[in-house]
This record gives sequence, C-alpha cells and structure tokens, in this order.
Amino acid sequence: MDNATTLGTVAHGHAHEHAHEELGWWRTYVFSVDHKVIGIQYAVTGLTFLLFGFTLMMIMRWQLAYPGRPIPLIGTWFGQDKAPGGIMLPEFYNQLGAMHGTIMVFLGVVPLAVGGFGNFVMPLQIGAPDMAFPKINMMSYWVYFIGGVVMLLSFFAPGGAAQSGWTSYTPLSVIATSGQTWWLFGMIFLITSSLLGSINFIVTIIQLRAKGLNYMRLPFFVWAQFVTSFLLLLAFPPLEAAGVLQLMDRLAGTSFFEPSGLVVSGKVLTNAGGGNPLLWQHLFWFLAHPEVYVLILPAMGIVAEVIANNTRKPLWGYKAMVYSLIFLGFMSFFVWAHHMFMTGMGTAMSAFFQTTTMIISIPSVVILTSLLLSLWGASIRFTTPMLFALAFLPMFGIGGLTGLPLGLAPPDIHLHDTYYVIGHFHYVVAPGTILALFAGIYYWYPKATGRMMNDMLGRIHFWGTFVCINLVFMPMFIQGLGGMNRRMYDGGMQYAHNQSLLKWNVVIGMAAWTMGLFQLPFIVNFLWSIKHGKRVENDNPWQATTVEWSAPSPPGHGNFAIAPVVYRGPYEYSVPGAPKDFSPQFEPERA
Amino acid sequence: MEIPYIVEARPDTGLHNGKLGIWLFLASEVMLFGALFSTYILLRVGASEWPHGDLSVLLGTINTIILIASSVTMVMAWASLKLNDWGKHRLYLALTFVLALVFLVNKYFEYSEHLTKGEGPWHSTFFAIYFTLTGLHGLHIVGGMVVMAYFLGPGAKLWKKNPDQFANRIEATGLYWHFVDLVWIFLFPVLYLL
Repeated sequence: MDNATTLGTVAHGHAHEHAHEELGWWRTYVFSVDHKVIGIQYAVTGLTFLLFGFTLMMIMRWQLAYPGRPIPLIGTWFGQDKAPGGIMLPEFYNQLGAMHGTIMVFLGVVPLAVGGFGNFVMPLQIGAPDMAFPKINMMSYWVYFIGGVVMLLSFFAPGGAAQSGWTSYTPLSVIATSGQTWWLFGMIFLITSSLLGSINFIVTIIQLRAKGLNYMRLPFFVWAQFVTSFLLLLAFPPLEAAGVLQLMDRLAGTSFFEPSGLVVSGKVLTNAGGGNPLLWQHLFWFLAHPEVYVLILPAMGIVAEVIANNTRKPLWGYKAMVYSLIFLGFMSFFVWAHHMFMTGMGTAMSAFFQTTTMIISIPSVVILTSLLLSLWGASIRFTTPMLFALAFLPMFGIGGLTGLPLGLAPPDIHLHDTYYVIGHFHYVVAPGTILALFAGIYYWYPKATGRMMNDMLGRIHFWGTFVCINLVFMPMFIQGLGGMNRRMYDGGMQYAHNQSLLKWNVVIGMAAWTMGLFQLPFIVNFLWSIKHGKRVENDNPWQATTVEWSAPSPPGHGNFAIAPVVYRGPYEYSVPGAPKDFSPQFEPERA
Repeated sequence: MEIPYIVEARPDTGLHNGKLGIWLFLASEVMLFGALFSTYILLRVGASEWPHGDLSVLLGTINTIILIASSVTMVMAWASLKLNDWGKHRLYLALTFVLALVFLVNKYFEYSEHLTKGEGPWHSTFFAIYFTLTGLHGLHIVGGMVVMAYFLGPGAKLWKKNPDQFANRIEATGLYWHFVDLVWIFLFPVLYLL
C-alpha cells in the first residue's frame, strides 16, 4: 500500500481496504464490480442475443418465403423432432417465434439499452465513481446471464422451447409442453435481474450526482434511464406475480387462468376451474406496455445526446422533453388494455383505454418534435453515430404514427393480429430503437476503448441496414392492411385473400437475409477496432459537453481522478461569445 | 474516487444509499403483492360461490400476534443499537428470529392439516390463492430470517468496525420486516375472516 492510500485510510477513520490492490483476471474481467466492465458485459451479451434472435427470424423467414421447402445449409442441424428432412414443423416455427420475441425484448434490447448503455454511460455522465451498489450490480448481470442460459437450454427440453408467443397467453401456455416451464423460470431470473438493476440505477442517479449537477442539468440520456428504471421497478413485479401463478397452474394443479369446463382436443380438462384467462392478459400487459417504453426511452436518450453533439446546438425544448418523459412514464401504467380490445372486455373499458392511449401519444410527439426541431438551422456533422440517430427520427415516427389506428378500438378490429401490428411495433423497436443503439455504440466506443470505430465500415453498415430494414418492415403494413394474419406457420397461404400478398414474403425474406450480411461489417469493425482502431487524440473526441468526456478513455477504476464539479446545463453548444463551439459542463467559466 | 453516502446521508436528499434502496425495493414488493391481491379480487368477484370457515381463525390470530410482536422486537433491536446496548440488541434480534420461526412452525401445522384433508392448491380457487399468497409470504419470512441469521452470525463483526453502517443495515432489515408483517396484516382478514 502506498503512502497516499495509508493517509487516506487514516483520514477516513475506518479501514476501507480496496481500490489500489491488483485484482486477478477473473475479478477484473469476469466477476467485476466495476460498472464499466458490467456495462460492457451487458452490451456484448445483449448484442450476441440480438444476433441470435435475429438468426431465429432469418430461419423463420425461409419458411414464410418458401413454405415446406427444406431450409438450406443449416436445415439438417435441427433434428427429426424439429425439422425432419430440413423442413420446419409448425411446432418448431412456434418455438422460434416465441423465442424470437422473448430473446429480442428481454435478452437483447433491454440488456443492451439499459444494462449496457445505462451501466456504462450513466455513472460517468453524472460524475459518479461507480454505481451505488457495485456488488448488486454484478449480481444483476449474472442473474440475467443465468436467465439467458435457461432460455437457451429450453430448446432442448422435451417438446422444445416455449411456443405460446412471447406473450404466453393462457390457457394455451398452461397446457403447452415443458419448455413453457423453463420459460417461466427464465423470466423470473430476468425479472429479478432488472429489479436489482433498476433499484441501483435510481439510487445512483438520486444519490451520486456530482456537485452542481441538479436535476435540470442532467443529460437527457440520464433522465431517460431514470424514468426507465421506475418503469422496470414498478411494472415488472406484476409479471413476476403472473409468472408465479402460471407456474402454479402448470406445476401445482391450480387453475388461476383456466375457466371451468375447458375443453382441449375434445376432452374436458379436469382442473378445479374458476380461473380467468383474461387475468393473465391484464397482468402481462400491465408489465408489457411499460416495457415498450423501457425499449424506446433509452433509445431516445441516446439519440438526444448524439443529435445535440452533432448539430452543435442545444437541444430544442430540453425542459419540455424532460417533463414529457416523466408524464410518458406515468401514463404508461394506464394504457395496457389497448392490447386487449378484441378480448370482449367491454366498450366502457375500451373507451377508457383508447382515451389514455391517445393522451400518451402527446408526450411522445413532443419529444420527437423537439428532436426534429433541434436540427433546424444546424450545420450538421454527418458522423456515423449521427447517421443512425437521424434515421431513428423518421423510423420512430412511422412506428408511432402507425400505432394510432391500433390504439383506437374500431380500426383495431380490422388490424388486430395482422402483420400491420408486427410492422408497427417493429418500426418502433427495430428500425427505431436498434438503430439508436447502434448510434450509441459508435458514439461511446471511443470512451470505452480509447479508439474510434472505422468510419467506412460504419457507413456501409448504416446504409445496408437502413435500406434492408425498411424493405423488411414496410411490406408488412401492406400485408396487414390486406388482412394477412400473424403467427401463421405457412404465411397464411391457405386463405384466398392472402394470395396477392404472399409475394411480399419473398421480398421480406431477401431483405432480412441481406440485412444479416450487412451486420458483418459491424461485427468486424467492433472487434477489430478494439486493438487496431484509430487512437483518440484526447478524451473528448466528439467535442462534447457532458461529463463522461472528462474521464480518461477508457476510464480507470473509480472513473475520475478528482470528483468532477458541474458548472452549467448539459448542451451548451455554440454559446455566443464562448471561445469554442462547446462549453463542457465540467469546465469552469473563464474569467 | 470512492462511492459516497454509503453510511452518512446526502445533505440534499437526507438519505444514505441503502435506505433509499430498501424503500425502492419495498415499492416493487407493493406492486408484487398488489398484483396478487388484485388477482384475488378479480377471481373472487367472478366466482359463483366462495368458501367460508375452511381456515383456522385461531391459528391465524396467533400468527398475527406473533408477527406483530416480532415487529416490536425488531424495532427494539435497532433502538438498542442506537442506545449503544449491544447485549440487548443481540437479545431482541434473536427474539425476532425465534418469533419468525414460531410463525413458520405454526404455518407448517396449518399446511399439513389442509394437505392431509386433500385441500391442496389444486382443490379450489380459494386454496390456490391461499397457498400461493401465504407461500410467497412464507418465502419472504424465510428471506428475512436468513438476513437476521447473517447479522446474528458473521455480519455482526461490522459493529466493531463501523457501528453506524451496522445500525443502518439493521434499520433496513427492520423496514423489510415491517413490510412482511404488513402483508400478513392484509392477508389475515382477506383469507381467514372475509
């Protein structure tokens, strides 16, 4: 122990022994309590699951484009019980569908957006040395990891993985094969993980803000993580309760979700009865609607950071955006049953929930409009992260606007359960959130590694992804308006009204597989740049204003050598009279 | 830099990190049990008939008294720390642990009586709710006992090193314990009396 540490220990009065001793490889890179390492672990695991979930969909898209034809190249890998002769069985299609949704939402996007970016960036942006509870932070990652492993192992359960959709609607999910039990256990792990994470995030943001960093000086990204954490904290427990109830139904013979006299395959089920299938939907969507905002808010946060930085202007309407965000988070608890207009829950309920749904669209529009107006009159730097952030705006716009007809009960009668719905929520989450997440990766990569990602590969990745992703999802609106149902194993080819729509399945398939190829430049870039990327010339390569750019690249344990002090708002770009076009939060006013 | 406000309160929030953390955790617990109580209401309102008098009100009342008493001893365990009386703290914390154990033993007799009569969770919606809610509550009791056992055993060393931090931890344990108690205060009338 060196002298300084000894003195520090004495001065603090009690012996905290840590910080400067060398940790072994395992404690540094695997079981680390450092928020930056945990953030990177979350991000890399999340990206891997995103690729895996996307692969599941690429396989399903073969079946939709060419129903009944053997899957090329990898068709023989799945075995006789899933794809005899390489031809996908309907049960296997259902497994892939259920697991695609589950993996993308709970194992891919949320871990990357919240666990990855939130963990890595948020403490740096508020000038904190780490998260408030580092050990709980580590536990949160490993519980998530176990949940992911349980989900993956469920493919090998008798009868395969869960096949009742990511929504696991009862009573079908209760009578499904044992993969559903694995799914429920996996979900309980994932819910526990996000509970631990969200408590940590909220405490960190409230307690560990640097001196001078009051709430209205927080970067918008931190606000987004803050509201997101409250949604995770309060919306997930009801799904945990629902998961426990469904486990009881499956394992202990209860019938929370099965009505009396339920007939399955011509036989009356011998359960106690008296349950209510709609109860599951209420409990599920009470989580799953706020979950939609968990997916989108961190993305909005990332886009706000990148746009302010690359327009060299303050965000237009920062305060209005923050208030909208809080209102959005609050309202998201009161819109869940707009997923259930078709269940016959009654017109009074539908009227209530379509009203709240129209109300919640207002703050979303405020945020999107503010981001759009931030571009006005700017001399925009078209960096790679900025391309992704700019693409987010129209993509999220399309996703949001196509949601309005679904939020109103009458048009929903026609559109419910069609590909229109798939197109709508994917525009929000895939071309919306995922493009924003890519923006974040290109933007903060130099902070995490000290090196830039390659610009040319980044642009190839952007344009390829942007074009293909629209070719994937735009035709779904056409199919859905034409009445094509979702969840059809053969694309719905037995229905007459679908005949003219089937050709789009080939287009979507081609676009999806091409998009898969366009992820290769990203993967290469991501791995290659760790060692060989262009080294950053200073700690603030984008000339940004927020506090994370005052830390070393990559930041060491404890992040900052001395506690940062914040002197101004988050986006003071191009301040008239200032010596340069950005006035960082962490730089004192010059005399 | 080191993580601030682990022991002392942040001036503008008046909280140390752990206290805010435990309150947030309890908020999520409210949502968990809130969902389960909503389930109870929905299923009961939809039921054509609802059984009465299947549970032993006597055993339930005894357990209610035990849990309320354990909440009192929990407060005393914390207050003794604040009065710097280590011996009393140990006594009260151990007493809380024992009361929790008695609660579970009591519960065991209740469970086994119903199970031998064939009134398991599969029997009816009422028993499904009874076993699920009291089972989850019982798990929370066990969780609390694990934490108490830790502070009676290896966790007690912290008192010598950092008494304030130890008192904070006992306070957080107490907050959790009162919550578990409070859940029972709702469960008892809902399941045994109404």
